[in-house]
Amino acid sequence: MKRDGLLSFLSTLVVIIAGLAIGLIVLLVSDVERAFPAFWTMLSFGSRSMRNIGDVLLGATPIILTGLSVTFAFKTGLFNIGAAGQFAFGGFVAIYIGVQFTFLPPALRIICSILGAALAGAVWGAIPGLLKAYRNVHEVITSIMTNYIGMYLISYTIQNTIFDLGRTTTVLLPDDSNLPTLGLDVIFREPLGTGYRSSAVNAGIVIAILIAVLVYIILDKTKFGYELKACGFNKDAAKYAGINQNTNIVRSMMICGAIAGVGGALNFMNGTGLSMNAMPVLAAEGFTGISVAFLGLTNPIGVIFSGIFVSYLFLGGARMQPFGFSLELVQIVISVIIYFCAFVLLVKNNLGTLFFKRKE
Amino acid sequence: MDMFYFILQNTMFFMIPLLIVALGGMFSERSGVVNIALEGKMVMGAFTGVLFLNIFQNPERVTDHGILLLALLVAMITGIVIALLHAFAAINLKANQIISGIAINMFAPAFAIYVAVFYLHEQHVPFINQFRIASVPLLGDIPILGPLLFQRTYITTYLGFLIFGISAFVLYKTKFGLRLRACGEHPQAADSVGVNVAKVRYAGVLISGALAGMGGLIWIIPISTRFGGSVAGYGFLALAVLIFGAWKPKRILFAAFFFGIMQTVANSFTGIPFLLNLGIPASFYNMAPYIATLILLAFTSKNTQAPKAVGQPYDKGQR
Repeated sequence: MKRDGLLSFLSTLVVIIAGLAIGLIVLLVSDVERAFPAFWTMLSFGSRSMRNIGDVLLGATPIILTGLSVTFAFKTGLFNIGAAGQFAFGGFVAIYIGVQFTFLPPALRIICSILGAALAGAVWGAIPGLLKAYRNVHEVITSIMTNYIGMYLISYTIQNTIFDLGRTTTVLLPDDSNLPTLGLDVIFREPLGTGYRSSAVNAGIVIAILIAVLVYIILDKTKFGYELKACGFNKDAAKYAGINQNTNIVRSMMICGAIAGVGGALNFMNGTGLSMNAMPVLAAEGFTGISVAFLGLTNPIGVIFSGIFVSYLFLGGARMQPFGFSLELVQIVISVIIYFCAFVLLVKNNLGTLFFKRKE
Repeated sequence: MDMFYFILQNTMFFMIPLLIVALGGMFSERSGVVNIALEGKMVMGAFTGVLFLNIFQNPERVTDHGILLLALLVAMITGIVIALLHAFAAINLKANQIISGIAINMFAPAFAIYVAVFYLHEQHVPFINQFRIASVPLLGDIPILGPLLFQRTYITTYLGFLIFGISAFVLYKTKFGLRLRACGEHPQAADSVGVNVAKVRYAGVLISGALAGMGGLIWIIPISTRFGGSVAGYGFLALAVLIFGAWKPKRILFAAFFFGIMQTVANSFTGIPFLLNLGIPASFYNMAPYIATLILLAFTSKNTQAPKAVGQPYDKGQR
């Protein structure tokens, strides 16, 4: 087992280096002189101060959760491309509760926001689950449909409820509807003039990590998780063993939806004034989650690190703009990494069987 | 009546790219390779095609079909190059086909915008639409049929129907088509009678790349004058058309038409008095194609079968 973990880590490292190398080549082809300073900025900016590290964790929060959502689905034999819609529903419900339910005390309101988001995501995830289980429609196609339906539905609902006409977004969350910082703002800050400038990192990252651990425990240490995985590995064998496959598909999709929904909640409850766009756009976090999941080798604990890594690259990548390079380079690097990831699972599995054979 | 013609003419703008891309997806999936990368291939095809137009187009000419055909060729070649990456991962390395598809979908828009920003200093690549045919000579004057099919049209519309005809013929009436279907259903059986599964699957994926790349360019031309690294999810819609069309050419044609007309109604309902008077908000018209697909899929999918071996790397040792 230990050998396996090491192998995963090493192969991921190789893939990351390969992806970064191709990114560097793209930069060099574009502009030889500015390529190296820009590349160095991308690689180092995220760790230049405690505040930047805080910002990396802040950015990692939502994508760790969408990554977990995709991971959970993948482990149970499903492909959740609908995280974008589930994420958006969660975000909307969380903001709605945060703005409208001011009669509740702040702590209770925040808990309601998160639970509401989980519920909204679960409901939205249940649709592809039900269609897959009882109507034999592939979840990829229904998830794509529900993503677009959700996009228009949320845009419409925002415009008719908590709409800020000036910014064409949702109205600003009241301060006490945001997640507490848990003192993280004191750790992750940098000196500015006579005072400090803090990162907005908050309880969200703690919740994200806790959920990752919870997902790990459910999948690897419980009977429930074992049954879900059994359906993913071999549905006929699972059926033979008396596992109700249809119910488990729906359960899996609802759990995925709930996780992505919480991601939406944590994304907007961070006190930076981030609001949800009222125009119909798909949530990018949903698709980044797919990358994060595979980069983390669809391991819940791996997803924590891959989420932080992707967030780190995005933060640094945005700083390449003064050099004349757009943030899209980060997407290119990550996509190359994902492409190579497809090989990693393969190489790893082959090495794994080799190792086992030798042992026997 | 004019409204009727207008809707059908516009339907073609959405239907033809969906048809072509979904047929592309069909070749890949009937050979046994999942093709979730259609979106990325469309983006790359549209990008290089539009870039080609941007560089070589002569704004002085009113219509210029020669350059359009060349741009389509460029888009096709781009699609093939991207498809090679997918085929290599899926066939040679037996990797997870969805993951490499996701990578391509992520790479394509990022690459398009990166290049556009770097060389043109903006995210969009502009082009001039000089390809519209107001009315096809002679044919456009036929009553009813003329306005329906031969007015306010593009050469690509006929190309789309041509590709449909060829695809259906190739799939069902040729040796290659039979082998392709065999590889998607039972590659071991195909292999046992001497079919080179890897070769056939390569062909399937590359054809899908060519058609998807071309479809991307065909999608952007009638509806815009610049390309900004996105085909608005049409690659995914084409995938829905493919599945709704049960991986069969004729049903794909019908599915593409259905999507096209729904999309047209969603886009232009404000110009249709009857629909406008219903007072339903625009968002719901926009949602309608997707909701309708969900419902239709729910009722039709119970008995439709995907190609049996789709998504499974071919393993010689497995019987």
